[in-house]
Amino acid sequence: MSKDNQVLEEITSKEYEHGWNVNLEADEAPKGLNEDTVRFISAKKGEPAWLLEWRLKAFRLWEKMTEPQWANVNHPPINYQDIIYYSAPKKKVTLGGLDEVDPELIKTFEKLGISITEQKRLTGVAVDAVIDSVSVATTFKDKLGELGIIFCSFSEAVREHPELIKKYLGSVVPINDNYFAALNSAVFSDGSFCYIPKGVRCPMELSTYFRINAANTGQFERTLIIADEGSYVSYLEGCTAPMRDENQLHAAVVELYTMKDAEIKYSTVQNWYPGDKNGKGGIYNFVTKRGLCAGDHSKISWTQVETGSAITWKYPSCVLKGDYSVGEFYSVAVTNNYQQADTGTKMIHIGKNTRSRIVSKGISAGKSQNSYRGQVHVMKRATNARNHSQCDSLLMGDQCGAHTFPYIDVENNSARIEHEATTSKIGEDQIFYCLQRGIDEEAAVALIVNGYAKEVLNQLPMEFAVEAQKLLALTLEGSVG
Amino acid sequence: MLRIKNLQAKIGEKQILNGIDLKVNAGEVHAIMGPNGSGKSTLASVLSGREEYEVSAGEIDFLGKNLLDLSPEDRAREGIFMAFQYPVEIPGVSTINFMKTALNQIREYRGLPALDAVSFLQLMKERMSLVEIDQSLLSRALNEGFSGGEKKRNEIFQMAMLEPKLAILDETDSGLDIDALRIVANGVNKLRNKNNAIIVVTHYQRLLDYIVPDFVHVLYKGKIVKSGTKDLALELEAKGYDWIKNEVAVA
Repeated sequence: MSKDNQVLEEITSKEYEHGWNVNLEADEAPKGLNEDTVRFISAKKGEPAWLLEWRLKAFRLWEKMTEPQWANVNHPPINYQDIIYYSAPKKKVTLGGLDEVDPELIKTFEKLGISITEQKRLTGVAVDAVIDSVSVATTFKDKLGELGIIFCSFSEAVREHPELIKKYLGSVVPINDNYFAALNSAVFSDGSFCYIPKGVRCPMELSTYFRINAANTGQFERTLIIADEGSYVSYLEGCTAPMRDENQLHAAVVELYTMKDAEIKYSTVQNWYPGDKNGKGGIYNFVTKRGLCAGDHSKISWTQVETGSAITWKYPSCVLKGDYSVGEFYSVAVTNNYQQADTGTKMIHIGKNTRSRIVSKGISAGKSQNSYRGQVHVMKRATNARNHSQCDSLLMGDQCGAHTFPYIDVENNSARIEHEATTSKIGEDQIFYCLQRGIDEEAAVALIVNGYAKEVLNQLPMEFAVEAQKLLALTLEGSVG
Repeated sequence: MLRIKNLQAKIGEKQILNGIDLKVNAGEVHAIMGPNGSGKSTLASVLSGREEYEVSAGEIDFLGKNLLDLSPEDRAREGIFMAFQYPVEIPGVSTINFMKTALNQIREYRGLPALDAVSFLQLMKERMSLVEIDQSLLSRALNEGFSGGEKKRNEIFQMAMLEPKLAILDETDSGLDIDALRIVANGVNKLRNKNNAIIVVTHYQRLLDYIVPDFVHVLYKGKIVKSGTKDLALELEAKGYDWIKNEVAVA
């Protein structure tokens, strides 16, 4: 048995470093899902009647739908009646500043090494912290307010900006889009809302940190970002969850909407609990993320670093409706142990002269399965559409799998579509080369993996890139063979 | 500095080294020569700590430490450097970044603080000129798309950066044209001093015209069968390895 395999064993026995529990008293909905659950959630949040109706419509559609089976993942059937669909910290306060934030929450962030105070001081990032389905703190709101930027929890947006919610909610991801989107539409608890007015360039990165906290609580986030004409925003979403034995369902929906000349850059670092080394526990992450480039010359760019979750089912997509609109997808997906990821993107070219670019870097280690699934669809009207896709897979060890499922549908002859794919292995020679220069195995793997993922990591905002690099190293330390 | 006693090593069931004795002092350059399959590269690999080779007998003492007890990275940190015959490519990692990681890990091992960006850059610039390497090459991904000559020059640059006590040059001349060979050899010669030692592993005498050894050893069937000065290398060049083989057969 080579040393590399030994190290692999050692690493796989390493416990999840973010595994801890914060004691926040939860105010929960009864277990199970029916119309009453939906009404309970809506009432709890004091929602207007139209939104309750919208939720109920989604619920009724969901009831008739069946869970999709096409993804390259395996899991025992999910009992949707065994899930608590709403839980909120009991302490309900409106916060004016960080000093009013629950000290438990501050501790939570500090354990993650990303305290709000530090972020505020160092990076000027406005943080909308989401703990257990309810937004607890929103900072920098005043400053953003001066520019007319709205950045708040989804519930608050429902109260304060109902006209925007009514107009755009479900405009990118319709309630019947897919099974999990319908589920989310019925029971979403909270999330973030962001509106950038005409011609405004958001001066700071907007960021949300998600946490899943109470046991047995599905988390159903809803995010809606609207960039009005000529505006720009960079949005960061970072996630990490505490250790949990039962599998937890997470089905979020993110909708991005860009008007003429507007741009949204959406970056995610996802580090939810992946389950233990035997594949027990972990988050099921079934997310629907989609952006609509509604206006001409608009742009949406997705960047994601996916290291966590037992199962990831996620395809951040761009609908390129406006002429000359641009969609981008940069992804690093890492799987270790028994993790399964089926992730990729869809680029739907509708407008003329639309362009899209896909860079996907899969890294598989342990006994994990990592699939890239991507669709490039050029519609009839989309003259001169361009796409370039690059899908690379990196294998560590000999028990993992990497799969690529590209779908290309072209209905317009002027389209130019390019697809490149590579598969490689971290070689013992590469590792030994590093060792011989005095670099230990962990640092060597970090170096090699970060080099491999560089093209994607370069897309992340600076402060996020550093975190992502650490996360990659942490997830893969020594998983070489 | 280095004392090898009765070193025996095998890969799988195949015995390759059959009792090597070698002593290298500071300030010396030793050339290890021998026909293909004689065990030259195995010796280099065993010294640097490759896992595939099992040391079945013998001792290696390096500066008072039992080398065989040390992991490959600790050997490097103790001052052993290997210029590889086939340097690997590491996509996306620049030589600069690679060297910074290596240097700082070595410094940490030795209880020294990490070099800040400015000092590192200064050191790099200085060593770059020593081995005549261009910064644009160092900004590129390590060895990716490098020519044979560029790869070997990059190895010598790394040697210059890490300032090893003992450098092992494994077939550094292979794949080099005469100009590249001269540049690489010049770099090595500039790095030679009374405190370090170099082991040059080579099949041909050619490299030794440029890096002049103090001692030449001929390896055959996993044993050093003949040692001498640089004249031995010339004799080998003139007579070929059959001469040694015959001599061994007679003995």
